[in-house]
Amino acid sequence: MSENNRGMSRRGLFGAAAGIAVLPISVRAGSLPAPTVEGDAGLSEFVLNVNGRDHRVALDVRTTLLDALREHMDLVGSKKGCDHGQCGACTVHIDGQRVLSCLTLAVAVQGRPVKTIEGLAAPDGTLHPMQQAFIDHDGFQCGYCTPGQIMSAVACVHEGHATTDADIREYMSGNLCRCAAYPKIVTAIKQAREQMEHS
Amino acid sequence: MRPFTYDRAVDPARAAALGQQTGQGQTDSPVQFLAGGTSLIDLMKLDVLTPERVVDITPLRANHATVQAGHDGLRLGALATMAAVAAHPAVLADYPLIAQSLQLAASAQLRNMATLGGNVLQRTRCTYFRDPSWSACNKRNPGSGCAAITGINRNHAVLGVDASCISQYPGDLGVALIALDAQLDLVGPRGPRRIRFASLHRPAGGQPHIESTLRGGEVIISFFVPAGAWTRRSLYLKVRDRASYEFAIASTAVALDMDGDTVRQARIGLGGMAYRPWRALSAEAALVGRPLTTANAEAAAAAALEGAITHGHNDYKPELGRRTIVRALMQAKTMPLAPASSPTRKA
Repeated sequence: MSENNRGMSRRGLFGAAAGIAVLPISVRAGSLPAPTVEGDAGLSEFVLNVNGRDHRVALDVRTTLLDALREHMDLVGSKKGCDHGQCGACTVHIDGQRVLSCLTLAVAVQGRPVKTIEGLAAPDGTLHPMQQAFIDHDGFQCGYCTPGQIMSAVACVHEGHATTDADIREYMSGNLCRCAAYPKIVTAIKQAREQMEHS
Repeated sequence: MRPFTYDRAVDPARAAALGQQTGQGQTDSPVQFLAGGTSLIDLMKLDVLTPERVVDITPLRANHATVQAGHDGLRLGALATMAAVAAHPAVLADYPLIAQSLQLAASAQLRNMATLGGNVLQRTRCTYFRDPSWSACNKRNPGSGCAAITGINRNHAVLGVDASCISQYPGDLGVALIALDAQLDLVGPRGPRRIRFASLHRPAGGQPHIESTLRGGEVIISFFVPAGAWTRRSLYLKVRDRASYEFAIASTAVALDMDGDTVRQARIGLGGMAYRPWRALSAEAALVGRPLTTANAEAAAAAALEGAITHGHNDYKPELGRRTIVRALMQAKTMPLAPASSPTRKA
């Protein structure tokens, strides 16, 4: 409750305590170092572009994009559900396409723009129409799958796969919701689709 | 996940050089190629695959991810994603079974990630293969036996199985490709070669740990699907336990060239019931020259499932397989044909 007052997030505390390398240094685009990871079994240093910002990280090459976001960049919006590509809770956009960050090696994503749920709202804090629609229609109960649902839903609309209820259900099937908020998720996507198309 | 070194191959020659020890599907191969990662990373987390070196071949996308439709056939770059090929107008119009086999597979996110080359090489979903706490798995641990034969084998194969392995090939695209007698272009340490898709997956043959006929370091560069009068009247019918995002328990890829009601040529692939992508040649032969009636379709389906071997929980499969074949054939017979796309389309 009072985490924010301490000026450090709970995760930041854990991260610092565990001595994890966190180097969120801004690097100017165009001056990215060449990947220097060939044949390296230790930590690899590289730059991840997330939500329009470059982050220099030093990570074990085994680190998935999901773990890089959550454990090393303080971006805990993307959720770890199954960690095996079966639930969709970790859905993010890479190059504008929805993908599963739990099955993506962070080191393989360098040079490609990543967008997470934290990058969806406008800079002034105005929610994306899809975020607002999920609130308007109660498109969740526990909320754990919601960031993945919303990232998937935004892509679903952009792909043109949100034209009918049946289409929405088919193209959202990679995002499981164990609270079974599915009918309200479909309604929310339809509302957001109209707004996204008119903006 | 075990520690590994990560390398990035910028072109096929570099991939071949770095990947000389990729083996032929053995789970203990010290090198693995990484493309979409949807199989590899999953199986590395499960400790089924434990490569010392992972060679990222995604830079090959730059030159090997296009779809080209010409008069002689369809060329598909092996680094193309499932989503891109499933939505390609020429594939939708002229090779609907390929588009459908991709569209009905996995989820939107996985189809955005997974490449065609990786898709055809995806590993079985056999629970005993995927869970190393089971010691008996000839595919993972040669000579250890097969836990599935006396285990929970509802999702196991009934065609192409032997005493060493009854695991099921899980893919959909491979079923369409084998029906159409596709070819593969490979690049390896000893140069390029072309093979039939039908020869890519080895039979169990008592050695199920050796899955493919690829040589060490060989990368699939592209697929070529020869044109034929049958490709447009074609479909992929997938039967599964839920309506979306699920592997097949039975599937059929059908392509027909009809002269009125009579079958001139038939191509039939079976999925969800076989050890590897399965072409039902006997069923095709049973149809050629005959009118496509329900009775003739049933006779063809019976021929296709002849020799099926079941192990208890999968006793339902031969009958489900036969009905799936019949339904696919009768649907293909009456399906409306899409207008032909203009050839030599490129994207």
